[in-house]
This record gives sequence, C-alpha cells and structure tokens, in this order.
Amino acid sequence: MTQTPVLLVLLLALASAAYYFGCKRAFRVADGRIRNLHSLPGYYGLYVALWAALPALLVLGVWLALQGSMITRMVVASLPEPIQQLGPDRLNLVINDIRNLVSGNIVSGEPDAPTLAAAEYYRSLLGTSRGLLFVVVLSVAGLGGWFGYSKIRPQHRARNGVERIVNGVLIACSTVAILTTVGIVLSVLFESIRFFQAVPITEFLFGLEWSPQIALRADQAGSSGAFGAVPLFAGTLLITLIAMTVAVPIGLMSAIYLSEYASAHVRAIAKPLLEVLAGIPTVVYGFFAALTVAPFIRDSGSILGLDVASESALAAGLVMGMMIIPFVSSLSDDVINSVPQSLRDGAYGMGATSSETIRRVIFPAALPGIVGAVLLAVSRAIGETMIVVMAAGLASNLTANPLEAVTTVTVQIVTLLVGDQEFDSPKTLAAFALGLVLFIVTLALNFVALYIVRKYREQYD
Amino acid sequence: MTNPTKASTEGASSFARVQAGMARRRAAERRFKLLGRAAVGIGLLFLAVLLTSIVSRGYTAFWQTEMRLDVVLVADEIDPEGTRLVDTLHKADYSALIKQSLRDMFPEVSSRRDRFALYGLVSNGAAFDLRDRVMADPSLIGTTVSLWVPADDDVDMLMKGHIDREGPEADRRIKDTTLGWIDQLEADGRLALRFNTAFFTKGDSRDPELAGIRGALMGTIFTLVVTLALSFPLGVAAAVYLEEFAPKNRWTDLIEVNINNLAAVPSIVFGLLGLAVFINVFGLPRSAPLLGGLVLTLMTLPTIIIASRAALKSVPPSIRDAALGIGASPMQATLFHVIPLALPGMLTGTIIGMAQALGETAPLLMIGMVAFIADVPQGVFDPATALPVQIYLWADSPERAFVERTSAAIMVLLAFLALMNLVAVLLRKRFERRW
Amino acid sequence: MSTQGQAMAFKLDAEPVDTQKPTVGRDVRETVGEVRVADPRVRCTDVNVHYGDKHAIKNISLDVGKGEVLAMIGPSGCGKSTFLRCLNRMNDTVRECRVTGEILLDGEDINASHIDVVPLRARVAMVFQKPNPFPKSIYENVAFGPRIHGLCNSKSDLDVVVESSLRKANLWDEVKDRLDDVGTGLSGGQQQRLCIARAIAIEPEVILMDEPCSALDPISTAKVEQLIEELRQQFSIVIVTHSMQQAARVSQRTAYFHMGDLIEVSETDRLFIKPRHQLTEDYITGRFG
Repeated sequence: MTQTPVLLVLLLALASAAYYFGCKRAFRVADGRIRNLHSLPGYYGLYVALWAALPALLVLGVWLALQGSMITRMVVASLPEPIQQLGPDRLNLVINDIRNLVSGNIVSGEPDAPTLAAAEYYRSLLGTSRGLLFVVVLSVAGLGGWFGYSKIRPQHRARNGVERIVNGVLIACSTVAILTTVGIVLSVLFESIRFFQAVPITEFLFGLEWSPQIALRADQAGSSGAFGAVPLFAGTLLITLIAMTVAVPIGLMSAIYLSEYASAHVRAIAKPLLEVLAGIPTVVYGFFAALTVAPFIRDSGSILGLDVASESALAAGLVMGMMIIPFVSSLSDDVINSVPQSLRDGAYGMGATSSETIRRVIFPAALPGIVGAVLLAVSRAIGETMIVVMAAGLASNLTANPLEAVTTVTVQIVTLLVGDQEFDSPKTLAAFALGLVLFIVTLALNFVALYIVRKYREQYD
Repeated sequence: MTNPTKASTEGASSFARVQAGMARRRAAERRFKLLGRAAVGIGLLFLAVLLTSIVSRGYTAFWQTEMRLDVVLVADEIDPEGTRLVDTLHKADYSALIKQSLRDMFPEVSSRRDRFALYGLVSNGAAFDLRDRVMADPSLIGTTVSLWVPADDDVDMLMKGHIDREGPEADRRIKDTTLGWIDQLEADGRLALRFNTAFFTKGDSRDPELAGIRGALMGTIFTLVVTLALSFPLGVAAAVYLEEFAPKNRWTDLIEVNINNLAAVPSIVFGLLGLAVFINVFGLPRSAPLLGGLVLTLMTLPTIIIASRAALKSVPPSIRDAALGIGASPMQATLFHVIPLALPGMLTGTIIGMAQALGETAPLLMIGMVAFIADVPQGVFDPATALPVQIYLWADSPERAFVERTSAAIMVLLAFLALMNLVAVLLRKRFERRW
Repeated sequence: MSTQGQAMAFKLDAEPVDTQKPTVGRDVRETVGEVRVADPRVRCTDVNVHYGDKHAIKNISLDVGKGEVLAMIGPSGCGKSTFLRCLNRMNDTVRECRVTGEILLDGEDINASHIDVVPLRARVAMVFQKPNPFPKSIYENVAFGPRIHGLCNSKSDLDVVVESSLRKANLWDEVKDRLDDVGTGLSGGQQQRLCIARAIAIEPEVILMDEPCSALDPISTAKVEQLIEELRQQFSIVIVTHSMQQAARVSQRTAYFHMGDLIEVSETDRLFIKPRHQLTEDYITGRFG
C-alpha cells in the first residue's frame, strides 16, 4: 500500500512541473507581455497542472477501488474446480487464507498446495497490477499535461477553463452528500432484499418472536431462528417514549425559563452548561446508564418491593432522555425566540402575566416549531445506539413494563454485526433489514420535522 | 390596589374582578416559574451527577499500585552461555526470576496453592518490565536489581479500597493469607501507589493493570486525521458551491434537503454503509483507521457543510460586489475575498464536526474497529480501535479494575472534547466580526 | 383651557396676546401650555426615563383627562412612544430601562412598589403600531383578556363581552359569521380594530395607542379614527402619532415632544393654529420632522 503515497507525491511533482512549464509557455506565446494574454500566466499554469493531475487522480482512485475485487475474482477463477464448488462462506475462508499468505500473516493450519499456488498467483497479479498502475497513472498524467500544454495560446481563455474545472470539482464535492444517501439506500436495500428472500417480509414486520440464533450447521436443531421484529419495534418505542417523557418537558421548560425569565447572567451560564450534555459522547451515557443509573433504579425498586431487571428499559430511557434534553431545549429556544416580540407586547399590554403570555400566546404560536423539534428528537432517540447497547440488554421482550429489559432495533443491529459475519446467513442480513427500517423511519421523521420547522419559520420571517 | 376612590369609577366592577383573581394568578405564575427553574435545575443536576460519577470512579486509575521487588539476576538463568545476544536475552525466563524474588520475600510459603497465590500478587507484565530493564543494560546480569513492578489488579483494588477487607472470605477476591502478605509488604514499604504511566503508554490488555489507552488514542488520531483531511476540503467545497455558485433549481434543492436529512440520520446507518460498501464492495481492510475515517467523513460532512454555509452567508454581499465591481470573476471574488473572511466560521464548524466524530462509537462497531487489539497502530492501514470504542470494550469487562480505567478513559475523552470545543469557542471569539 | 375649566399654564408670562408668532424661543426647554386638567385620569409629574446611559425622557409633567383623546406628536426618536409606554409600565419588559418620577392613575402612583403591573395593565390597555392579533381565532383574540383576568363566569357572559367589544370596535358586522377564523387572516385595518376590540374587552380606563394607523391604508385609518372618536365616550385615550392631520382630527389636546422634552401642550386647535413655542411651529410648519 506504500505505492499510493509515492504515486501521489509523483503526481504532485508532475503537476508542479506542469504549472511551471504552463506559465513559461504562456509568457513565450505572449512574447513576454502579459497584456497579450487573455488570462494571467498563473491561470495557464494551473490549467496545465489540472489537466495533468485530475484525470490521473481519477484513474488512480478507480483503479484502487476495483483492484481488490478484480484480483480476487481472477484468483477464484484460477482455483481448482472442487474449491470453487464450495459454499460462499467456505470459499471466503479460503480467500482469507490466501490474502493472509500474501500479506505474510499467520494462517490457520498448514496451507495446502492449491492455496499456496493461488497465493502465488494473487501475489503476481498484485505485482502486475501495481506496476501497471504506475505506468498508467503516470502516462495519463503526462498525456493530460501535454494536452493542456498544447492548448496554450494568447487568446486561449485559461481562466475560464480553470474556473470551469474548479466549478466541476465543487459540483462533484456537493454531490458526495447525494452519493452518500444513494449508498446508504442501496447498501441496506440490497442486503434487505436478500434477507426477505429467506424470511418473508410479513413475518419480519408482524412476527412476534425474535431469536436470530442460527445454528452453525444446517442439521442442528432449531436452525431456523425467528425473525419477527415486533418486539424490537416495541422495545424501541418504549425506550423512546421514556426518553421523550424526560426530555420534552425538561427541555421545553428550561428553554422557556432561559429565554423568558432568566436574567442575562443566569442564561449566559446555564445555557452553555446544559449544552455540555449534548456534547458528551453517547458511549459515556451508556457507561453511566449501565453502571450508575441501572443499579440505582434496581436498588430503589427493591426498596419499594418492585422487581426491576438489571438492564431495565427505564434506565436506558432515562439516560437517553437526559442526553436529548439540550437537543429539545436548544431547538425550542430557537423556535420560541422566533415568535415575534409584538405578540408578547400584545399580551403584556393587556395585563397578561408572563406565564399566561407563554402558555396562551407564545406556546400556541410556537407549537408547530416545537412539534418539529420533538419529532427530530424522536428520530434521534430511535437511532441512538450506544446507550441502549450498553444498558438495555438483548432480551426481546414484548412488554410495556419499563422495569423489564427490552431490546431495540439498534441493539440488534450491533449484536448481529459485531463479530464474525457471514454475508449469506439471514442472521447477518437481518441487521440490514433492521437498518432499512431504521433509515426509513428516521428519514420520514426528519423530513416531516424539517418541513414543519421550515414552514414555521417562513410564517414569521 | 387598595384605592377607595376606585369605587366611583366606571371600570370598578371589572377591576374588582381582576383584583380578586390576582392571588390565584400570581400563584400560578410562581408555580410556572418554579417549574422552569426546576427544569433547568434538573438538567444541571444530571450533568453534575454524570460528571461526578465518572470522575469519582475514574480518578484513581491515574495511580497504580506497584510493588518493589529485589530480583537477583542470575546469569545462568538468563544467559547461560554468556553471549549477551539480543535473542537470548529476549527469550530468557524472567518470570521465574520474579517468582524467585517473591519466594525469597516469603520463604515460609510452601504449598503449591499458596505459591500460586503469592505469584498472583504481581502482574504478568512484571516479567516484561524486567526484560526491558535487562535488555537496556545487560551489565546488570549477575547483580540484584530493585525495581517497581505493577501489582496485580486485585491488589490494586484492595489498596484503593474497592475490596472490602471485612467481608466474608469466600466472597472476596483476596483471601486472608494473601491479605497478610499484602499487609506485610505494605509495612515494608514495598507497596505504593505511583503515577500510572502505563495507562498512557500501553495498548490494550486483558490485564487491567497493564491496559492503556495509547493504542486507542493513536487509532482515534489516525481516524480523525483521515476524517479531517477528507471532510474539510469536501465540506468547504460543497458549501462554497451551494452557497455561491449553485443555480436555484430542483437539483440543488434536492442536495440541500438531502444534506439536512443526512445530518439527522442515525450514525449506525453510516456504519452499515461502511460495512456494505467500503468493506464488501471496495474491499478496504476491516478495522483500519482509514475505513473509520471514511465513514466518519460521510457522517460529519453535513455538519461541516451546514456550518460553512452559515459562515459564507454571514459575509455581507458588499464584499462580493466590491470584488466583482473591479472586474474580478465570481470565482475570484469567492476564492480571494469571501472564503478568507468565512474561514474562521468554517474552521469552527469543522472542529465541532471533528468533536462529534471523536465521540462517535456506533458506526465504528459496524466496521470492525471493535476487536481486541493490543498493539499500538502505526498507520492508517493497521487494525485499530478508537477511544470511545475502547471505553465500550472496557465497560463490558467484568474486572472491577476496568471500571476505574473506563472512567479514566472517559475523562481523557472528555478532556479532548473540551479542548476542541474551547478552541472552537476561542476561534469564534477571536474572529467574530459584526458587519 | 375652557373645556377643562381651571387649567393652569406654566409659562403664563409667555402667553402671546393674539399674535400669530410664537413667543418662546427654540432654546427654551420648559413646557409651554396647559399640562394640567381639572379632573385627571392620569397625572404625571417630573417623569424621567433612562435607557442605560441615554436620558430618553426629561422631566415631563402631563395630565390625561377623563373622556379625552390626548395626541402626542413629535419627530421620530423624540420620546413620545417611550413616555406612552411608561403609562402602563410596558417599559418594565425592556431591560436597562429606568423610570423615575410620579405617575398617578386615579390618584395612585403606578410605580409604587406594592402595585402589580397586571391589574394596572388591565386598567391601562395598549394597542400597538403593528396590528398584532394572536395566532388564534377572532373570538379567542377578543376573549383573551376576559379569560385571563377572569372577567366572565360563563361562556354566555363571554359571548356577550366578545360581541359587544367587536361591536364597539365596529368590527362585528364584518366578522360575525367567521368568529372561528384565525385573527391573522383579516386585513390590516380589521386586524388593528380586532386589537382594539381585544383591548376594550377588558374594560380598561385608559387605552394607549402607539401609532395605531401607521401600518394601515387611508380607508382603514379613517375607520380606526372614527372608532377612536366613539371610544372617547367611555375611555381616556392617549395616542401617539406622527401624522399631524390625524392628531388634529382625533384629539382634544395635543402634546408636542422634542428630543425627550415635552415642549408644548395645548388644546389641539390652538396648538396647530397658534403654537406658542418656536419648536412647535417649526415642526407643524414642516421645517423639520
């Protein structure tokens, strides 16, 4: 992998050279008078340099992205027939062995002859590929540079050319966001479709039992597993509900207090302090929930004679609510502050008290915005992972009792995907199906929430 | 108001009613205000409890119980041939020497079981410390060295008061005999709490007393470097395009809506993306900081784009007009006049994005940065873990001593976060401009 | 001040004797004219307002009589709105604003420590420059005051109050069929009359109006002015306006403010025809403002 940096440095050097010669040629064709040129000489240099670097970089990127899978495919094709006939998971093991041999790592057991041969083939392919990459990238860079160089004339609009290229690069950068979304959709969708070929979608969406423990061998008892996700949805909803019960009143009331009552001094201290809660990583909350809050709730429960699970939904929900307080509060703060002062004046001018003004005028006026904020918070709670992974447990109970342990969609995604994965077992694929559900639900919530908030803002702009 | 002249005026009846309701309304007002105050108070209380619980659990991890051993470096044991070859020195059985030194201190211990317990007082890492010492200075062979080695985590917990001496012996991880030895060692001044350098210089370990955050920290740094190197240019470029050049059409609308939505997509979904696309399609190495950086880039990109756009928006149009007015192209006006002015805001947004990435755990779990990795990673391709993931892993460990280490690692993580946010705040203060 | 009986003037020696020219020079800042009335609803004495370091209102003494419309005019930033907001302590909502001096409502100091602003504002209601109906139904807008102040015991009482207030505000016929529509959906003039209806629903003694027509078209303005004339029967009205024509049309007395000083107070007719202070003349003849 060290060749890539070398190549990059070489490309940089080539681009610099291209810049230098581009500038020089621009001077020459202009007979040394910049006035004769359409653009400043630097733009001609840049023009040549961009032509030299960009296509080469593109080739490099594509090559590196495809190299691994191409070589693997060729190596697999070269393997003896019986090995190719192996199931995909066994084949993967073989490939892993080959890769390990190539990179000089320790291999499990003594490698057999075909594996060794394949590793040799792999290594030679890799060497060829790397050598080829060098040649191709550098020649593309040279060709590009020469092309740009040959275009230099006094009347050549180099600045416009450069700006067009830069504009293109900017557009490309801004589409990364779109590509990300497309990537997310495709990745979860494809694996989900494979999952739904094994497990009917109706069973997944409406089944009441979740136990994804697939047997290691096909002949083992109970190998089917159960993929009814309703307990997960219910658990997610329960924890979200608890979190919202904590976060919405506290967040909203503190936003109201800080924006309508608190003195500038109190506000300047309390607001940033509350926002610290939002900056604390979720894994810290998870640790706090599992080690401090859950035992506390269990102990308080046993004092009251209640039987509380050590990983209760209440603990996870409570801590998640804590985490979301500043989220709700700063969003509502924005919303409340955008209620025009004239409405407050109107209420105060007739003798309303502050609380009457807030409850009867500001709150109704800000309601759409607050609803949007709460929806965003819900989406946040549904997608929150670490707290529930660390504090909510794995038992898929279909219960509404907050003192019992429940599991959530995100917990199951993590459990199913951490550790060794086989990409053809429903167990692994189920995680992607859950991911798809999670993505769709949060996306819908965000979409609606952002729409409401935007409409709300337009109303008072 | 208790004005008697009021009675004669025409508003009297309504005024009296207003007056009559005042006590109730004032009470409602007080209640409401109290509610608000309580809400803020509860929020702050949560914060206080959270931080106190972390700090009170974790601060002891910065000290580690060490034991002073006098080890006789028997030449025949270490290097019988006297070659002093590195290889020989490396392979020698140092733990035997350590055991010998323990036996020397407690000659009365004879039974196999007791000896086992005795050896257990010292950490497995003691032999490695001794080896390093000898290899650094082979002339020590044949002499007796006195050195501090880490004590076992149970001893450490006892010294820090986390193990109840008085409890029934059967429930205790340290039995009565061992307690006696420990007391004797302590009386001899051979046990002491010393600053825990291993915590900052070592990688992960199964033994709490040997486990450090260096590996996770390096993993995090490599990951963040990749994230920064990718997300800053990408984010700024995207923001510049969307804010300065993009035509208003459906395509840019779509990008905009899309970015806002991405900012609120759960981070675990980005992990799924990394797993399905970067690992399975592009074949990038699992567990590598490069991969983590790519995933976190996609995750923080919306934050950076949104902040950068806000920064660009706050540059007044007059600056653009001025540049355009003297014949600069729109691109020149943007590159040379608008961006430099917006840069502090963009940097602030980037730092906040980086802070987010620093604390992120879930997507890293998806792409395998969760394995037990004892080695400190040397580059972006080495398998690594990250600080938050390390916290997650340690939080799952059953040993009592890992609890304090987890809390200590959290304190380090929070310190880094605080530092980054402080830089962001200072940057904002320093370059804040009112137009 | 014939209408108000024994009015007293501060600057009797400055009283012009049938000359058309003002007799008080531009540099004089004491108030000229009749600041006191016989039977005041509000009596202000030596009111000062500071915004931080800025001295916004300087030593103003002024009465508001029962059943009169008092107009306050003057160039922008002269302090007329600030003074108006002192009368029901709306300045309380502005941080850094300090009010001193005595303001008596029916003989009682409204700035006294035991006075609660809430019942005070129920007696001295305010209508603002920009119509600001609440984002609720028309009915709820008018019912807002009676509800919070607990003026009505039953829904039918409330219905009566809402109807009578809307009738008094000359809005009933326009909205009686759509009381459940949102108040913000009305036209600007209707919104302002709705705000006035909202204010009179709590039966205040004084209504303060801060440039109530500046955001309205001429037809709506005419309706509001007509309304003010009718409301005078029941309420004292203090109106800030920067339209001298409006002041002349609706008010009985007019006060002219200039840079925080109250320059001149007279019967409206007299002030516009025979100003006694040079600054007043400068303003009404359009030399500045």
